Amino acid sequence: MVKTVTNLGRSGVYDWMIQRVTAYILALYTLFLFGFMLTTDLSYESWSALFGQTWFRIFSLMALVSIGAHAWVGLWTVTTDYIKATAPRFLVQATAGTAMFVYVVWGVQILWGH
Amino acid sequence: MLVSLYRYNPEQDNAPYMQDIELDIPAGKDLMVLDVLALLKEKDPTLAYRRSCREGVCGSDGMNMNGKNGLGCITPISEVVKKDKLVIRPLPGLPVIRDLVVDMGIFYEQYERITPYLVNDTPAPEIERLQSPEDREKLDGLYECILCACCSTACPSFWWNPEKFVGPAGLLQAYRFLADSRDTAQEERLSDLDDPFSVFRCRGIMNCVAVCPKGLNPTKAIGHIRDLLLQRAT
Repeated sequence: MVKTVTNLGRSGVYDWMIQRVTAYILALYTLFLFGFMLTTDLSYESWSALFGQTWFRIFSLMALVSIGAHAWVGLWTVTTDYIKATAPRFLVQATAGTAMFVYVVWGVQILWGH
Repeated sequence: MLVSLYRYNPEQDNAPYMQDIELDIPAGKDLMVLDVLALLKEKDPTLAYRRSCREGVCGSDGMNMNGKNGLGCITPISEVVKKDKLVIRPLPGLPVIRDLVVDMGIFYEQYERITPYLVNDTPAPEIERLQSPEDREKLDGLYECILCACCSTACPSFWWNPEKFVGPAGLLQAYRFLADSRDTAQEERLSDLDDPFSVFRCRGIMNCVAVCPKGLNPTKAIGHIRDLLLQRAT
């Protein structure tokens, strides 16, 4: 058993599961947006009507949290593969984690703000 | 044929270098790479490499031939030589002891980690632990591994984290014991593998499958281990 404390979950299966589930959510969200853009006359009104609906805000937030989790698992893997020295590795991980947290909170403000 | 050979003798050389040697191959013969090395060693007895059975059973002569890992003894030069040139290097990612001889320590340590033997805490039967033909069949494609390290040293995940990622060879053996109906330590075996490195550092690029001289499929075995971990955790 290899001990790690900086990955998202404490177990490998957990990280793996998060990575897969979030991938499906992101794929669904992307497909939906593509479909919307192809079938709807894109204008400020249609766009703001879409984002005005609670279900779509929830869907968007879900996609945003998914990006955060997905990117965290992915970048954590990349940093542990390629950055061998502990200090720079931890610094990159901390920066990535902070960026993701900021994006999610900022996203909430955009979705539910004015 | 031009043979470009990786040479390194730490007692004499500051750094490894490639030695180019022009070699006449006997006409009408398709030699194995190991035979080529034997011819080269006749010319230069200081050349060091491992070999034993010379028929793909012992797994001693794993090496990198024109960029692909394999056993020198069962790789015909007609299969690897391109433009009349053969580049022979040691297995990638392991410390070189001398020329083509690598230190397999970390590889064996990972093998040791997966408890590569049958664990059964029930009282031993009088004669033997029986297994149905169906259960025995589950071990096909797993037990044949000869631990030549061609797969693990072709795996980038093993290159980057050889002390944490078990590697394809070790994981194939891990599944060989997980799949054995006579083994009673499945829970302990799985607990020891459930971290983000041991199994999950496999990204499924299947280099291991591409190079295995015995035609085995470690990626598939790793998939089975992941399924077992998933079943246990959901």
